[in-house]
Amino acid sequence: VTRYTSVTDADRIEMLEAIGVESVEDLFADIPASLRLREPLALGAGMSEQEVFDELRALAARNVSTDDEVSFVGAGMYDHYIPALIDSIVLRSEFLTPYTPYQPEISQGGLQAMFEYQTAISELTGLPVSNASVYEGPSAVAAAGYVAKLARGRDRFVVSRGVHPHSREALSTLARAWGMEVVEAPLKDGVTELPVLDHGVSAIVVQQPNFLGAVEDVSSLADSAREAGALTICACDPLPLALLKPPGECGVDIAVGEGQTLGNRLDFGGPSFGFFAATEELLRRMPGRIAGETHDVEGKRGFVLTLQTREQHIRRERATSNICTAQALNALAGVIYLSWLGSRGIVELVELMLQRTAYARERLEAIDGVSLLHEQPVVREFAVSVEAPVERVIARCREQGINPGYSLARDYPELAGGLLVAITERRSRAEIDRLAETLAAAVAAERAGTELRA
Amino acid sequence: MIRAADDELTIFERSKQGRRAFVPPSLDVPEQPLDKLLAPNLQRSDPARLPEVSEPEIVRHYNRLSKRNFDLDTGFYPLGSCTMKHNPRLHERIAALPGHAKLHPLQDPRRAQGALELMWRLQAALAEIAGLPHVSLQPSAGSHGELAGVLLTRAFHEHRGEHRTKVLTPDTAHGTNPATVTMAGYEVVKIGTDERGNVDLDDLRAHATDDVACLMLTNPSTLGLFETGIEEIARIVHSVGATLYYDGANLNAIMGICRPGDMGFDIVHFNLHKSFTQPHGGGGPGAGPIAVSERIEPYLPRPQVIRVQGSGNGSEPYYDLDYDRPKSIGRLRGFQGNYGVFVRSYAYIRSLGAAGLREVSEVAVLNANYLLARLRREGVLELLPAAYERLCMHEFVLSGAPMKHELQIRTLDLAKRLLDFGVHPPTVYFPLIVDEALLIEPTETETKETLDRFAEIVAEIMREAREDPEVARDAPYTTPVRRLDEAAAARRPVVRQRF
Repeated sequence: VTRYTSVTDADRIEMLEAIGVESVEDLFADIPASLRLREPLALGAGMSEQEVFDELRALAARNVSTDDEVSFVGAGMYDHYIPALIDSIVLRSEFLTPYTPYQPEISQGGLQAMFEYQTAISELTGLPVSNASVYEGPSAVAAAGYVAKLARGRDRFVVSRGVHPHSREALSTLARAWGMEVVEAPLKDGVTELPVLDHGVSAIVVQQPNFLGAVEDVSSLADSAREAGALTICACDPLPLALLKPPGECGVDIAVGEGQTLGNRLDFGGPSFGFFAATEELLRRMPGRIAGETHDVEGKRGFVLTLQTREQHIRRERATSNICTAQALNALAGVIYLSWLGSRGIVELVELMLQRTAYARERLEAIDGVSLLHEQPVVREFAVSVEAPVERVIARCREQGINPGYSLARDYPELAGGLLVAITERRSRAEIDRLAETLAAAVAAERAGTELRA
Repeated sequence: MIRAADDELTIFERSKQGRRAFVPPSLDVPEQPLDKLLAPNLQRSDPARLPEVSEPEIVRHYNRLSKRNFDLDTGFYPLGSCTMKHNPRLHERIAALPGHAKLHPLQDPRRAQGALELMWRLQAALAEIAGLPHVSLQPSAGSHGELAGVLLTRAFHEHRGEHRTKVLTPDTAHGTNPATVTMAGYEVVKIGTDERGNVDLDDLRAHATDDVACLMLTNPSTLGLFETGIEEIARIVHSVGATLYYDGANLNAIMGICRPGDMGFDIVHFNLHKSFTQPHGGGGPGAGPIAVSERIEPYLPRPQVIRVQGSGNGSEPYYDLDYDRPKSIGRLRGFQGNYGVFVRSYAYIRSLGAAGLREVSEVAVLNANYLLARLRREGVLELLPAAYERLCMHEFVLSGAPMKHELQIRTLDLAKRLLDFGVHPPTVYFPLIVDEALLIEPTETETKETLDRFAEIVAEIMREAREDPEVARDAPYTTPVRRLDEAAAARRPVVRQRF
């Protein structure tokens, strides 16, 4: 008996007798003998709970977490503070262990939470309809591309180089299968250069703020898309939307994004959630589950999964997406987080990050050998250029317990010495000062070393 | 406007201007004018109308909401093809350790060795279970794994200079299969089922042409039956140069017993939120890793977690992310996948080991066959016959058609009446080829007593219906709400709070 099964030997005898077979082996008679394993899987023996805990704790100890260093790394996921009440709610069995709410009478908790979540996302994005979640940020961009393909049927996407490299790649992966071309719109001074669009474009894709932290003029980009009859897809970071003109007001048709920053752990990249909001016109083309309000036979308000005829389990090959299991629990954390912040709190939080980011930007710009990669407005992340080998500078800072940011070398080879620095509310002025001092020393040491070698 | 009772208000309806749960950290840098940092034309004019509530209200609100959910920790969940097995609490404790939970996905691989090693070991374990040499953990859920699989198939054919247009799916397939095929740019061709519940081999032969890219198959099928002709199926599919795809939704029946790779499958997806205990969370998160054969490996998504042998004598191997994969289909999502799910599934595999995983499948199949026998003994099968008279695997399908005719209650009514008995209904009206279908999967974590009780409840509901079918037709009665008007919800969708 494993610790998660409970058939005793006596049970087994009784059960086999009721079935009318001699042995458990007989139950597998339909499996051709040639396919049946004769040896156990090479997985070793099972372990006690205590031993498993110790082994996986030892693995955890070999990772450097944001508790172990002062981290300024963002680039799509951010080290925000997560309030204690989120764990206490999402770990409740009633939220942790149910299936997808296909039986609405016994799933009102989950369904109402989805409805509340959709409302919060709709408010942040300024778009009238939101689904109940998709997997995560970059695949949400690809999912939005699919909606644009279905809605417009033209053979090209124009994607800003300011869109997260993972999002661009996730869209390209699918676009190839659709026989569609992905054309890149370059950046100029840190923001998307207004592309010239013709009538062969299904959608343009931009990110707000973009990968280099710059706030884009999304309205102008959406205007030019509309003139060409293309949709505008905006990948956005939900927290800065507390201050920024919402995508819906900018003329964006689909706003998607990574929800990790809304009360979800870093978890080395997941699980978090993706959000997906759109105009009314696109409601019936949206992917994924959507909770809707209705009433029961006694007239009592209740919630159901609605517009299911879009979905794979009903519409099959004509579904608007293949998505099934998404990220309900992570989206629940998201709506709890947004309720915790509230309409004033979210503004206060983002203003704090805005001020500290501005401070950090000034401190870093003042360092000899460090310059700004662009001077566009930023909210909680900005890019600098380091006049020294950036990987070595990062390594030097890490020795001092500071992880100064994300090197742009892999994703933006044209931005020599690029370093992306994120300032969440967890990074205090004292830590920013330490970053500036450590970075200055690291750059100076590298430059001195370079001069020596020269 | 539909009125709600006080304890059913939404969080937005509880909002009152001036309340708050959040107090920001203090501003410790010189404050600059907002308009200087952000030009007014970039700013939003009206704040997002999020709730204004205090912490006690949030806690009470969501605790109350939780009590309006049924959940696996409270009751039996025989939901076919969903594998609602127990979620060990150990996993939540481990996943919450800061070394796992607070690890940034872009941390330098040299400083994330524990995470990469865990992923590498999980890849190796899943490869062993699948009987295939290579694994990518990247896909986010089963349907995402399917999409990866069909895109891999496309890349495989295209690199050989072949343009194929069709993908075969049985008429019993999960809806995600045909939906995935369309999304990956292929045409769906449906294959029939024979009178024993197997793939109709003649129909398969007739449709297996050289423009077929792939056959997607669930084995055991969604009828809970093992495809006895699987070796012949593989031969037919491979003879036209197509790939064979394994939908892992039903893997719980065969772990350690037989392996998809040995059956001839080229690509397998796993549902870590089914067979490997990631809690379902009311609709996610999940994870959908894929295992593939040698010939598919070059196309796997990037990055791949690899183990690198250290250079020099006695140097330890280390783990890295390999982006240098020129034939890769590319990324499907950001970062490295749902790592938190990997932690839980790896813990599960370590807890059980080889013998334990085999026992899981044995008991899953024993429980399903026992439940079927027990329902027969209760006389239930006279009006709810098994769709196919065979030993089942980990789940089985009943047809409610005779019950509908004799008792004037539908499968839906039986399902709704079960709610009053504190049981989650089975999957209903799927698979599509069985009239008034109920798909029942008890899983290995349920006791014999629970199965006995379920059989008695179903018998009781049918006795009750014989006397008065209205009882079931109007059910449920004891739930927080009663039957909901889904048609009205779809006709005039209200998908957000109106202020």
